[in-house]
Amino acid sequence: MSVLVTQISTLARRSMLKTLRQPFQLFPIVFFPLILLAVNASGLKAATRLVGFPTHSYISFAIAVAFIQGGMFSLINTGTNLAEDIESGFFNRLALTPLRRVSLIAGLLVGVAALGVLQSAVYIALGLVAGAHLDAGVGGALVILALGALACVAFGALGCAAALRTGSGEAVQGLFPLFFVFIFLSSSNLPRNLLKTGWFHTVANWNLISYLIEGFRSLYIYGWDGTALWRGFAVAAGLTLVALAAVAGAMRTRLQRT
Amino acid sequence: MTPKHAGIWRVARAIAWRSLHTYVRRPDLFVPSLIFPLVFLASFAGGLSALGEVPGFSFPAGYTAFQFVFVLCQSAMFGGLFTGFTLAFDFESGFARRLMLAAEDRRGIALGYALVALSRAVITLSVVSVVALAAGMRITGDGVDVFGLYGLALLLTLVGFGWASGVAFRFRSIQAGPLMQTPVFLILFLAPVYVPLGLLKGWIHAVASVNPATAFLEAGRGLIAGVHNHKGLAFACAAGLILLFCIWMLTGLRAAENAP
Repeated sequence: MSVLVTQISTLARRSMLKTLRQPFQLFPIVFFPLILLAVNASGLKAATRLVGFPTHSYISFAIAVAFIQGGMFSLINTGTNLAEDIESGFFNRLALTPLRRVSLIAGLLVGVAALGVLQSAVYIALGLVAGAHLDAGVGGALVILALGALACVAFGALGCAAALRTGSGEAVQGLFPLFFVFIFLSSSNLPRNLLKTGWFHTVANWNLISYLIEGFRSLYIYGWDGTALWRGFAVAAGLTLVALAAVAGAMRTRLQRT
Repeated sequence: MTPKHAGIWRVARAIAWRSLHTYVRRPDLFVPSLIFPLVFLASFAGGLSALGEVPGFSFPAGYTAFQFVFVLCQSAMFGGLFTGFTLAFDFESGFARRLMLAAEDRRGIALGYALVALSRAVITLSVVSVVALAAGMRITGDGVDVFGLYGLALLLTLVGFGWASGVAFRFRSIQAGPLMQTPVFLILFLAPVYVPLGLLKGWIHAVASVNPATAFLEAGRGLIAGVHNHKGLAFACAAGLILLFCIWMLTGLRAAENAP
């Protein structure tokens, strides 16, 4: 057991440092969600005047999207790093060592979870500075850290599956726009009750990202909303399970090929 | 046409044909350039239509047309930017270097890629327009207004291309992609994207008031609605930016010629 823990912690540390030491990976995680938040929060402030809008502070409403965008960057960074390891042959060399197969991915994902906590803390802090109000208080912040980490693990695992399946960093990068579409076609900019266009309302209702966003958002706007929270955690956990199943399948194929 | 100008056009035509041929035959280039504007259109016009009911919001052609103009301007500028990516990629692969050795007049290279940008923009703008009309977009402007709107969009393609090609000629690497894309993205989103300028409050109102993209959007929205608004200013800004970025592009071309 202690061997497994050592293997996972070593690979987790490597995974974290690989992201933290590369400014071009770190910069978009912090910069991109915040610039979008600043622009959208100012540009869409008028939406708070709509009847049925749940708060007077658009920044409190929109900050939730930053956590999802952070998760998307986890997908790209984790997938790209793993694909790089596959392309350079490092993954094959690791697979030849006595390292347990489960450690290969678990190490990566523990690193992603730790980074998820870190980036969620940055979004919480910067959101508060920008004027967002966290209605659920300190306890809510802790729940956001947990949900943020779980969301990052879910997206990171999807990135791992893509990297193992394709073995190409370019292919993983190509997934980014695809996942971004899911954010756009959700309740990211307006609550679902204010999505007036019929088809868009239906798509947003079926889009799981809506529930993930609403999980984060509920802590800022409503305080403790059990329904929104369990849905948010269920989506993150469900995505993690699906992604891990995809990783297991891709890993079998990848290691057979090698 | 003098023999000297004939040389520029020969080079330009050859480049335009090759790049356009590659563009339409490669779905990895073709599809994303169409998907992005369509997603923006769906997301903004569909997802934010409730903003049309915000007190003080008044646009005769409706919210879909209001957002369509933003998507049109964004697609037009990004048509130019994506062609800058192609140029940078051609430098990275060594093709553009060989091209510079072979071209009779190297300004033809810049002109050729500009023609590619315009052709790509025409394809994208046509698809986006058809989808918007199919989704029920109303145009309350007349034929001349619509012609002006698409004319403005094509000028914006040249603005985007001028900026991106200047960067591509200087860096000659696809890694300069974020440098081409980020400023344009920021300028576009620091304009009145979701609601008219009058409904913006705080710092965004101050920034949007001096942002040339605001003039483009207001003129475009005026043209589609038949309510003329800042039209002269928008066309003058576009022409000024094209001139400025032509200098930026040609000095970039000179830098590429002098590069080791």
